[in-house]
Amino acid sequence: MSRGILSPADWRRPRVRWTAFGLHGVLLAVLFVVGLGPMLWLAKAAITPTQDTLRSPLALWPHGVDWSNLATAWTRVEVDKYFLNTVVLAAGSWFMQLLVATTAGYALSVLRPRYGKVITAVVLATLFVPAVVLLVPLYLTIVDPPLLKASLINSFWAVWLPAGANAFNILLVQRFFDNLPREVFEAARVDGAGPFRLFWSVVLPMSRPILGVVSVFAIIGAWKDFLWPMLVLPDPNLQPLSVRLPALQKFVEFDVFLAALAISTVIPVLLFGLFQRFFLNSGALNGAVKG
Amino acid sequence: MAAETRPVPLVLPRRARVRIRGGGLSTLVFLIPLLLVFGVFSWIPIGRAVVMSFQETNLVTPSTFVGLQNFRDVLADPLLWTAVKNTLYFAFLALLFGYPVPLVAAVLMSEVRRFKSLYSALAYLPVVIPPVVAVLLWKFFYDAGPTGVFNTILGYVGIGPVSWLQDSASVMPSLVLEATWAAAGGTVIIYLAALTGVSTDLYEAAEIDRASIWRKVWHVTMPQLRGVLLITFILQIVGTAQVFLEPFLFTDGGPANSTTTLLLLIYNYAFANSLGGEYGMATALSIMLAVVLGLLSVLYFRLTRGWSKS
Repeated sequence: MSRGILSPADWRRPRVRWTAFGLHGVLLAVLFVVGLGPMLWLAKAAITPTQDTLRSPLALWPHGVDWSNLATAWTRVEVDKYFLNTVVLAAGSWFMQLLVATTAGYALSVLRPRYGKVITAVVLATLFVPAVVLLVPLYLTIVDPPLLKASLINSFWAVWLPAGANAFNILLVQRFFDNLPREVFEAARVDGAGPFRLFWSVVLPMSRPILGVVSVFAIIGAWKDFLWPMLVLPDPNLQPLSVRLPALQKFVEFDVFLAALAISTVIPVLLFGLFQRFFLNSGALNGAVKG
Repeated sequence: MAAETRPVPLVLPRRARVRIRGGGLSTLVFLIPLLLVFGVFSWIPIGRAVVMSFQETNLVTPSTFVGLQNFRDVLADPLLWTAVKNTLYFAFLALLFGYPVPLVAAVLMSEVRRFKSLYSALAYLPVVIPPVVAVLLWKFFYDAGPTGVFNTILGYVGIGPVSWLQDSASVMPSLVLEATWAAAGGTVIIYLAALTGVSTDLYEAAEIDRASIWRKVWHVTMPQLRGVLLITFILQIVGTAQVFLEPFLFTDGGPANSTTTLLLLIYNYAFANSLGGEYGMATALSIMLAVVLGLLSVLYFRLTRGWSKS
């Protein structure tokens, strides 16, 4: 039987037992208020008339339910457009991250060229460079990209392409590929599979779990992104929700604004609900970047 | 039916090994996305950051080298020291609020026997809310009027309305409170993972020595978590030193520059002026910040090298 700090004998002592139950009850109550409370409040406020929310923000039952807030936000405030932009940005970033991480992971962990170690080292070294160092030079790269004549400002590529340069993904995928049984690759080779066939028909199908993890984090990450899309997409028609929301606040009625906030939260929370185990098991390292 | 028995060789004859050895053209093809994307959007910009910090850069004329002028300009800016002070204050408060809370929560949660995943899911929920939404929502919670959400709650216990974000004394703790709420769940998950890794033999050994529950926590659990605690500590310092979203969206540095952090200053150097910014000063400051953080990390791991082994 698995046990923690408390032994089965500890659990049999009534005082310990009731203290533990008490503490856990309090903790659960606090977690409900702190973790779920703000979301529930937002859900309620999204369908509450402005005056009710402003006058008594903590009232459980609003005087009237105003479902039209959601519809107004979606159509008149054009949240639909920003929502679509967010989806397109997230999808492109997701694709770029998977493309770079799987091909690189395959080349470095399965094919293992002699110079692979050097490339791995240079990729992982970027993990130690704080993101702030990249901000200005990356912006200038987007303004005046090499090989291209035109600036990438106000182009979704400005978000998609840099998203691929994610060393953490490479680290995850490489570690997973390193642990795949090499006998399978060798057998495929014997059966006549070339390197491309091996990649597409053997390695990728075997990597579903790690691809799932990378995908979920790529999408959530793109959904959360703020500073970078704000810099490279100054045209409001192209901006994702996160960039547009602070600006909307200034000219949208308050209850409609809260409805827009609620709409922006639905997808990430839904993804979290569906893929909880990805977050709660393997997500450990990702959440550690900020305190 | 008589089973036909055939001698089965205990060890299968070893096939001639097929070496999968990259290095050919196809390997290079697979590396193209990595080399292009990292090259153009990571390696070259990092190199360019170093060069740019010694240059005068604008979007019209070619860059010219100006030696250490950018660094001198940054160091002469009186706002720099305000920003350094504010960033340190933010980091300090974030440690004060944010460092013990996830640890205590995780230790308690690790002893939960039923609905454990409910606890961790609830704790992690704020982490998945888009940060912009979280800040805008909290901005409303922090409304200074007596009917603001937090002021209503404080009103129940008879504490007068607090002007959270408008008062230079309460503004920084308010930002840190939100940032802690938004990030603590991630740290809880890390600690929970580390706690499942603590060998139960150690607890049993402690019990044979008649250790109380407190002594088990203090003398078994904590030492076992030391490695993780050291890492989350430095990661939190590095993270909070680069705080941007909260001061940018809550207060834009105000009131009276009391929440201007280093990253906000870098942003303002480079992007606040729509005609083209002080790119040189911005990169010079970001390089200085990166070097300080790098030195700090190295020093930290040097100093704590002995502690993390148990």
